[in-house]
Amino acid sequence: MSIDDKTVRRVARLARLHLEPGEIPALARELSGILDWVEQLKDVNTDAVAPLASPHRMTLRMREDVVTDGDKQGDILANAPQAVEGFFAVPKVVE
Amino acid sequence: MSDLTDLTLVEAQAALRRRAVSAHELVEAHLRAIQDANVLNCFITETPLHARNQAKEADRRLAHGEARPLEGIPLAIKDLFCTKGVGTTAASEILRDFTPPYESTVTTRLWAAGGVLVGKTNLDEFAMGSSNETSALGPVLNPWRRQGSDARLTPGGSSGGSAAAIAARLALGATGTDTGGSIRQPAAFTGTVGIKPTYGRCSRFGIIAFASSLDQAGVFARNVEDAAVLLREISGFDPADSTSADRPVPDFQAATKRGVKGMRIGIPKEYRVPGMPGEIDALWTQGAKWLEAQGATCVEVSLPHTKYALPAYYVIAPAEASSNLARYDGVRYGLRIPETDLIDQYEKSRAAGFGKEVRRRIMIGTYALSAGYYDAYYLKAQKVRALIARDFDLAFAKVDAILTPTAPSAAFGLGEKSADPIAMYLNDVFTVTGNLAGIPGISVPAGLSAEGLPLGLQVLGKAFDEETVFRVGRAIEEAAAFNSRPAAWWRTP
Repeated sequence: MSIDDKTVRRVARLARLHLEPGEIPALARELSGILDWVEQLKDVNTDAVAPLASPHRMTLRMREDVVTDGDKQGDILANAPQAVEGFFAVPKVVE
Repeated sequence: MSDLTDLTLVEAQAALRRRAVSAHELVEAHLRAIQDANVLNCFITETPLHARNQAKEADRRLAHGEARPLEGIPLAIKDLFCTKGVGTTAASEILRDFTPPYESTVTTRLWAAGGVLVGKTNLDEFAMGSSNETSALGPVLNPWRRQGSDARLTPGGSSGGSAAAIAARLALGATGTDTGGSIRQPAAFTGTVGIKPTYGRCSRFGIIAFASSLDQAGVFARNVEDAAVLLREISGFDPADSTSADRPVPDFQAATKRGVKGMRIGIPKEYRVPGMPGEIDALWTQGAKWLEAQGATCVEVSLPHTKYALPAYYVIAPAEASSNLARYDGVRYGLRIPETDLIDQYEKSRAAGFGKEVRRRIMIGTYALSAGYYDAYYLKAQKVRALIARDFDLAFAKVDAILTPTAPSAAFGLGEKSADPIAMYLNDVFTVTGNLAGIPGISVPAGLSAEGLPLGLQVLGKAFDEETVFRVGRAIEEAAAFNSRPAAWWRTP
């Protein structure tokens, strides 16, 4: 299993990570090295095994459907790189 | 008292209560020690003003006989716990200027118990690392050095700043988080005690997320009893964390005094890994003998899927990380590299804000979760995780606790492993199984290597049975009588 440059570009796009063209080959080698090492999981027979998503197989609690928090617009916007009139501001996305 | 920083937490509690020392004096002594230890780079943010205010309130309460459990105790907090109004960076460029508008549950509990915040400690970026070298704020130096050498050593990671702060006596207790060994391995490397409790024991609310099914808060202290006192204060149910366990918190401190007579201790044969230094193997055997001398019985147990734990972890943890770290988009908080196109802005902001190891793990995780690969990687790893958890279930049907080395080596030099990700990942070979199974584990200093560096032994217990972990940990501590400390070379004038 080897990761080529094209796959690196595709995954970086999915992950929303900008890559400089010069860093792609080295990253492809590193990721291939890690994934080759992970391949050993294939040696384990897991035919009748249910996947474990969380320790102790816990089930999530239910709670009353009531508002428990809110009215914190100032707090929520306090760390925004750009806030305008009570909203997060981003570059224009529709013409 | 010659130096107030030499008190243990439990000794300091007693000295404060009998008014032999004031919280003001105790806190000032630690603030001075922090000032003198700048070269170690333990802290990202020091909070002397905050500490002095809390100390004042502590002295007022002590004077009125209203002392809370940790009244006036100086504490260091890993900079992964959100602290209201105090910058919280996760040692990442992307959060360099982030000031949380809320407080994590763990730290809320510590301040409600009277604890005093002396500063926020350095860590691997987003807790991703085993040497503190991935921090955007530079590595922490281990207070310990090899005999006759001034080579700079890692304190381990990711909670390296907290571990080093305890070893250098800059605080009486510290918080950490442990996703694959990030409390226990640095504890072993710095000659301190570190415990990761059962998954669900401490609330994750307000802890910057790395891998949510593995992350768990815990503590560092200079001895087992101090760690027990601290862990009790940060444990307990929190409705704000959906995986928080709604069950009573035992008196862990009392447990440390109950001994190990009649206990059965498992020695897992698969932990005798190739290439492990003989001195670590010998210390492990010695640990088993110490427990037998105190009335426990040691038996061999098998954890057959151990060798698959790290590869499973390095699918699951990056997958969860890639999902958790999707929130850093340069819109709501964190670094923004302004661009005219929104997608460009996301991509440039994230590339500039995340360091190399974090980007590497996001890439691995995104790949493992992507269409066509999900079953082969993520689902497969979760199935192997189930087998690892079952290994422990079967072992714990026969034994009360399991004894292992904490790490396969003593502290290594800065730069020694940073070029090879897999060599770095192998540091967590003995600790990562505990995260996958969600069980508690403690590292206790048990001896010195031939080069004069601390070595730790790990005790793993059943889920929600931290009491047994503390009992066995204390028995090791008592027998080892580890009282070495690093020479204070960092206090250069």
